[in-house]
Amino acid sequence: MKIGIVCPYSWDVPGGVQFHIRDLAEHLIRLGHQVSVLAPADDETPLPPYVVSAGRAVPVPYNGSVARLNFGFLSAARVRRWLHDGTFDVIHIHEPTSPSLGLLACWAAQGPIVATFHTSNPRSRAMIAAYPILQPALEKISARIAVSEYARRTLVEHLGGDAVVIPNGVDVGFFAAAEPKAEWQGGTIGFIGRIDEPRKGLPVLMRALPAILAARPDTRLLVAGRGDEEEAVASLPEAMRERVEFLGMVSDEDKARLLRSVDVYVAPNTGGESFGIILVEAMSAGAPVLASDLDAFAQVLDLGAAGELFASEDADALAEAAIRLLGDPERRAELRERGAAHVRRFDWSTVGADILAVYETVTDGAASVAADERTGLRARFGLARE
Amino acid sequence: MIETLIWIAVAVVAIGMYLSWTAGRLDRLHTRIDAARAALDAQLLRRASVTQELATSGVLDPAASIVLYEAAHAARQAEEEHREVAESELSAALRAVFGETAQVEAVKEIPGGEEAASELAAAVRRVPMARRFHNDAVRAARALRRHRKVRWFRLAGHAPFPLAFEMDDEPPVALADRPVS
Repeated sequence: MKIGIVCPYSWDVPGGVQFHIRDLAEHLIRLGHQVSVLAPADDETPLPPYVVSAGRAVPVPYNGSVARLNFGFLSAARVRRWLHDGTFDVIHIHEPTSPSLGLLACWAAQGPIVATFHTSNPRSRAMIAAYPILQPALEKISARIAVSEYARRTLVEHLGGDAVVIPNGVDVGFFAAAEPKAEWQGGTIGFIGRIDEPRKGLPVLMRALPAILAARPDTRLLVAGRGDEEEAVASLPEAMRERVEFLGMVSDEDKARLLRSVDVYVAPNTGGESFGIILVEAMSAGAPVLASDLDAFAQVLDLGAAGELFASEDADALAEAAIRLLGDPERRAELRERGAAHVRRFDWSTVGADILAVYETVTDGAASVAADERTGLRARFGLARE
Repeated sequence: MIETLIWIAVAVVAIGMYLSWTAGRLDRLHTRIDAARAALDAQLLRRASVTQELATSGVLDPAASIVLYEAAHAARQAEEEHREVAESELSAALRAVFGETAQVEAVKEIPGGEEAASELAAAVRRVPMARRFHNDAVRAARALRRHRKVRWFRLAGHAPFPLAFEMDDEPPVALADRPVS
């Protein structure tokens, strides 16, 4: 099958949606499909052979953080050329409601279009205002995928209609086979995420840390992610700062090794999550997970059966749960086991098969994707030559 | 005077273009419904055929075979207005037979059973997908058709008012093997 995938966010900036698209594309290519990904990227960025650049993205404040988006006349022309050259059987647009390539591709294409909705924002004014503009473009989508039951609910509330739920995929084997690193083992708590983004919840963990260290002084906190390290520990008493180790940005291999090594993985995110891929990665690596009780997280953790939940933004609850887990090897072993069984449904073999089933459902008997040649006025009035 | 006429002419042309564009939108939605309906039909038929094949292959006990055969046969032969009920009954029959993992395991052990089971699992999983996509298209078309501009100018022409396909498509737990939602 010839598959075109549209990525709305800059390829050179790491992010959940980009990783998902990369893994999906590589998974499909391994299965023998022809895949082309259209993504915003700087011209100098080295791109994998299956990615086509849609030009440079412009940083714009959107959805609570600065997103790099593509819009305008030039991008629209590139989208059209890509659609024309690709002759795809199906195109898969990610985040079609973000004012970027996704929406442009929706406008420009006709034929079988699959769309995945990743975010689950509360209903915003901008969304309501944009509804009449979005609706004609979204009507072209033949199949909608939501990454979680929560994302589906938001979608139904905001845009009407329905979607099938297919979770984001994880290469479970890669995480399960990683080698633990001795220096990261022994009473360690792991945190992975942007340090300076409050939504990722590091400040909550920092507030909980004094209580955890008071109960279990040997505990170490390992933090992997970009951001200002000094600012992050500023709220901690001087003596406790050495118990926090910053690893900076880590490679995928080190991330897997870190998750294999820690005794507890903590995800104190305070909101803005629609899925929680990191929790699945942690469970794949066999790390007991302790996460805030966001809707999306609760769902990934099977409502608390595959990992522990604490009240979001409640540092005391986090500290209490972390101390209990660190002191209870049996409970941790139980969580490891349940997590390992639970993550099988997120493995690419399952998720990829589901996504392919969606492609096959919409391409059954349908013509292939083409650029939507807007019917000219002459044609509308029956004057155009055939 | 001339100026007013020009403005009126401009307004009429603008409204005309808008209506023409809306008619195009509606037309595309109807095409999408047709494609989604064809896909749904194909998936339902596929599910019934796989079920029938399994029922006549002798891998199941006679009682289960008869139940499945009856339900699959009824679903395939159903008239349009009884189709939703017949397909729902096939779902119920499949759930009754494949309600337990042991039954699925038993089928898998028989030569050729592995393939039959995975074909059936794929079929029961795709029916809800196709139905959801169909009903989503129907909803979008209905929303547009209820709009004043479409009703007043009869932009939908003679196309029948689209109807959702309502049925019970819950797959058997033992075959689905993961949360289906």
